[in-house]
Amino acid sequence: MSNLAEFKAAIGQDMTHTNPTPEISASSPHLARWMPPAPLFMLQPILRRIVKRVARENPDMFGRLGPHYKANFVIDPMNLPFVLLLRPDPDNLFLRAYRRRDLPDHDAKISGKFLDLLMLVDGDVDGDALFFARELTITGNTEAVVCLRNALDDVDGSIASDVANMFGPVGRTTLSALRRAKQRQTSN
Amino acid sequence: MNRPELVCPAGTPSAMRTAVDAGADAVYCGFQNATNARNFPGLNFTIPELEKSVAHAHAGDTKVLLAVNTFPPAGKVNLWKEAVDEGARIGVDAFIVADIGVADYIHKNHPEIRLHLSVQAAASTPEAIKFYCREFNVKRVVLPRILTVPEIKNMADEIPCEIETFIFGNHGLMVEGRCSLTNYITGLSTNMDGVCSPAADVQYIKDDAGNMTTKLGEFTIDCFSCDENAGYPTICKGRYLTPAHDGAYYAFEEPISLNLSTLLPDLMAAGVTALKIEGRQRSRAYVKSVVSAYRKAVDSIMAGGEPEISGLLALTEGQKETQGAFKSKTWR
Ligand code: SF4
Repeated sequence: MSNLAEFKAAIGQDMTHTNPTPEISASSPHLARWMPPAPLFMLQPILRRIVKRVARENPDMFGRLGPHYKANFVIDPMNLPFVLLLRPDPDNLFLRAYRRRDLPDHDAKISGKFLDLLMLVDGDVDGDALFFARELTITGNTEAVVCLRNALDDVDGSIASDVANMFGPVGRTTLSALRRAKQRQTSN
Repeated sequence: MNRPELVCPAGTPSAMRTAVDAGADAVYCGFQNATNARNFPGLNFTIPELEKSVAHAHAGDTKVLLAVNTFPPAGKVNLWKEAVDEGARIGVDAFIVADIGVADYIHKNHPEIRLHLSVQAAASTPEAIKFYCREFNVKRVVLPRILTVPEIKNMADEIPCEIETFIFGNHGLMVEGRCSLTNYITGLSTNMDGVCSPAADVQYIKDDAGNMTTKLGEFTIDCFSCDENAGYPTICKGRYLTPAHDGAYYAFEEPISLNLSTLLPDLMAAGVTALKIEGRQRSRAYVKSVVSAYRKAVDSIMAGGEPEISGLLALTEGQKETQGAFKSKTWR
């Protein structure tokens, strides 16, 4: 699969969309409509690569998970057509996409808009502030979520950039477009 | 007017680097155990992390203050002594303490390191503060958030140590070091275990209409309708139904954060030596925004200008801010 196809599959974007600098409207609640679901089987190997890469680059983050490294987290980007199941067990990392109607068993669920979740992972936005504004919802094991949040927040630099770099210039351009979309949303 | 020290929170090494880069004069932090009052899961520093972080902070000319500010339960004081000894070995610039036993241990064993009296000690009279200064050579007191600016000025005239006040962040019940609400419900003590509303006991329940109920243990703290801003799941910020009141109401305090940006010149003129930003449990994004904003404001005042701070409302609890008792004793 090409870098472009892989990256678009990773963000759930239409495989046939060839514009390398997409104008993404973050304010639209219908990102999902803009990005028809990629077949999930195409996503899975990419997600595996992503989670392995992030773990390899940031081995120290697992210490902050304490006993919750075996917890199953559903990450629910509410404006995308799928959810992710994450188990941050360094010996058995797991990140897989599921259709929302096939929600897997989980210990905790974190729901928010895709761009908010992306910025959260990157330490660009404060999770408590999103929570206060009701842009972020947490259900299930709150302690596990707090540990995951603190683990991610202690990662220096940008996880999103690392992932984008995996997909070369296309990845970087698409990430910039997403960030611009978020900026437009914030300044509106 | 003396230039005040900007004292900034660091819950992780990354947050500490962020605070240093954003212009903190000092950062405060704690170990990953009950010896500090933000003993949250996944937060705080291991010994090797603190070693590295202190070196980085000192290279940036930023002081590191170690919070050892909980109260050891009987028979467990060794954990607090070990935290102090490690902090001294690593080279922290001051200890922030609340318990007189811990203060005494530091005073006797590490007299070369500054002692700051934590807000958890709730010392709010000149008599109490002079006692700590006399007995333990305390160099600075972090005042409880119950005094007006004129009262702080009077205090500064009477006590022989520096004054640190909170300027931004969580606004609790004003009985720091004495609150037992969490203990009552969960069995864990904010003051001895270092955690208010332990995450393991917190539950968020969302219904189909988008309303969110927050619970601590078996107790419902609040129910936010889908268009309401939320607050922390602490008992003091809960909305309760009682026969004495029509409808649910905030019995203690409401979800709101302290923001003293416009009072900064008054605080500085009143003799406040250090300005503290609350939030070790917050993200590095919060640290970056709040520390940069206050760095600019303090520098602007020192240069004869006005403190201009905007854009912090989104970071406040319930997206509301107050000047609390600093402005008036009847802030609610
Ligand atoms: S319940 Fe409120 S006042 Fe009591 S310790 Fe927690 S935050 Fe502070």
